Amino acid sequence: MSVLAYARRQGRESVAWYGGLGLLAIRVARNLRLPPSYLVIVAREIDIIGVRSLAVALTASLFTGMVLALQTAVNMARFGAENYVGPVVALSILRELGPVLTAILVGGKVASGITAELGSMKVTEQIDALRAIGVNYVKKLIVPRIMAALLVFPLITVVADAVGLLGGMLIAVFDRNVDPYLYWNTISYWVVMKDFLTGLGKSVVFGFLITLIGCYNGLATSGGTEGLGRSTTDTVVQVAMAVIISDFFLTKLFLLLFW
Amino acid sequence: MTSSGDFLVELRDVRKSFDQKEVLQGVSLGLRKGTTLAVMGGSGAGKTVLLRITAGLVRPDAGQVALFGTRIERMREEAMLAIRKRTGFVFQGAALFDSLSVFENVAYPLREHTRLSLGEITDRVHRFLTLVGMPGTDDLLPAELSGGMRKRVGIARALVMEPEVVFFDEPTAGLDPTNARLVAELIATLRAGVCDTAIVVTHDIEFANMVADQMAILHRGRFADMGTPAEIRMSANSDVRRFLAGDLREE
Repeated sequence: MSVLAYARRQGRESVAWYGGLGLLAIRVARNLRLPPSYLVIVAREIDIIGVRSLAVALTASLFTGMVLALQTAVNMARFGAENYVGPVVALSILRELGPVLTAILVGGKVASGITAELGSMKVTEQIDALRAIGVNYVKKLIVPRIMAALLVFPLITVVADAVGLLGGMLIAVFDRNVDPYLYWNTISYWVVMKDFLTGLGKSVVFGFLITLIGCYNGLATSGGTEGLGRSTTDTVVQVAMAVIISDFFLTKLFLLLFW
Repeated sequence: MTSSGDFLVELRDVRKSFDQKEVLQGVSLGLRKGTTLAVMGGSGAGKTVLLRITAGLVRPDAGQVALFGTRIERMREEAMLAIRKRTGFVFQGAALFDSLSVFENVAYPLREHTRLSLGEITDRVHRFLTLVGMPGTDDLLPAELSGGMRKRVGIARALVMEPEVVFFDEPTAGLDPTNARLVAELIATLRAGVCDTAIVVTHDIEFANMVADQMAILHRGRFADMGTPAEIRMSANSDVRRFLAGDLREE
């Protein structure tokens, strides 16, 4: 296959993927208000997405806070500004690392799981069986996952933010001998509510994108078990890319709106 | 959006292509209440695609599809749900929900669409499991069933809502001769009761002879001939003669 033909095929597939993702988002929006509400399934998804992913998010967040404090403290000591470790760690975690790392780690795990489950249902015709029975599969399989993600990702981010700040404090206090009161006082002086809220806003968008990609790739799976493996791998990569790319645009947007 | 009210199922000049290949090239049919139509043809003739289009699971590229007098070929998925509740679909691989037990699989449509009590659901599920020869298998998972048993559970799930039309996709394919005969006899028996109007896609002539009032031979995306089993057996159409002789190949 020539380079041109390959590029053309890739371009066509990309357009189909973005289009499909957009159409699924529209169908989700259309189905949100339709009965039944499937609240039991939403609760189950909150457990799967949230509770079972908490350990991963918190471990990553704790060590990220600690590394950040180490690096910041060592380098800021060169300028005699070691006492400002707290605000630098806090701003980095609240505005960026908390929501982004949580989204990439939890998102990769959650979205690949969703793709594997829905993809397996797709290749064994179970989704067609739901449709044939007269069940609204978007309402039953997709909407509860999206609703759970919209709630769970900000919540995990809040906890991850707190654990990250705590990790930073542990290093600042025990490794760099910064006074703990100074650590928290400088944070509360320099960090404002919008720093926290913009990070939280990002996590809502990330949660939506992650779940939508996981669901779409699952529903678009074809080609048996080999296709299922391909979809699941694609999901991990696409979720990470979606988070990183959308993070840039969200940061730009929030700076324009709230700075 | 109504069609001629005479038919429960009606297709007019339906066309469908996949990757440049035109699988259906203008197929028309009508199915009246109390009729079982067997659509036959070789592998790759487009039988399953035709059945899925008829059930509203796949959209045709062109042509008209009507179920119960309502045109469905451009209908939204959400709007289709009410119509699908009136039909049953038996998948070639049974398509049972693999995380649910036999009982839960058969009870699934009842839980979704009715307000029956647990006792009523249990009674109805047991009645249909007995009907398909699967009593006492409530707690088994699909992975613990043989191919023939899975098909029977799939049939029970498709019939439990007592649909007006049932679509069977190759119900005897992939089964050993004994199980194939048992499933064929089951469908023939059900015709007298809960399943009097059906479209059966099959390449099994013997089975089609057992269950069908009408037969249609699909070849190269078109019906080569259509009629009663006797008319098909006497058909002068060369493709039908070759199919009956087991000598019809799809490209």
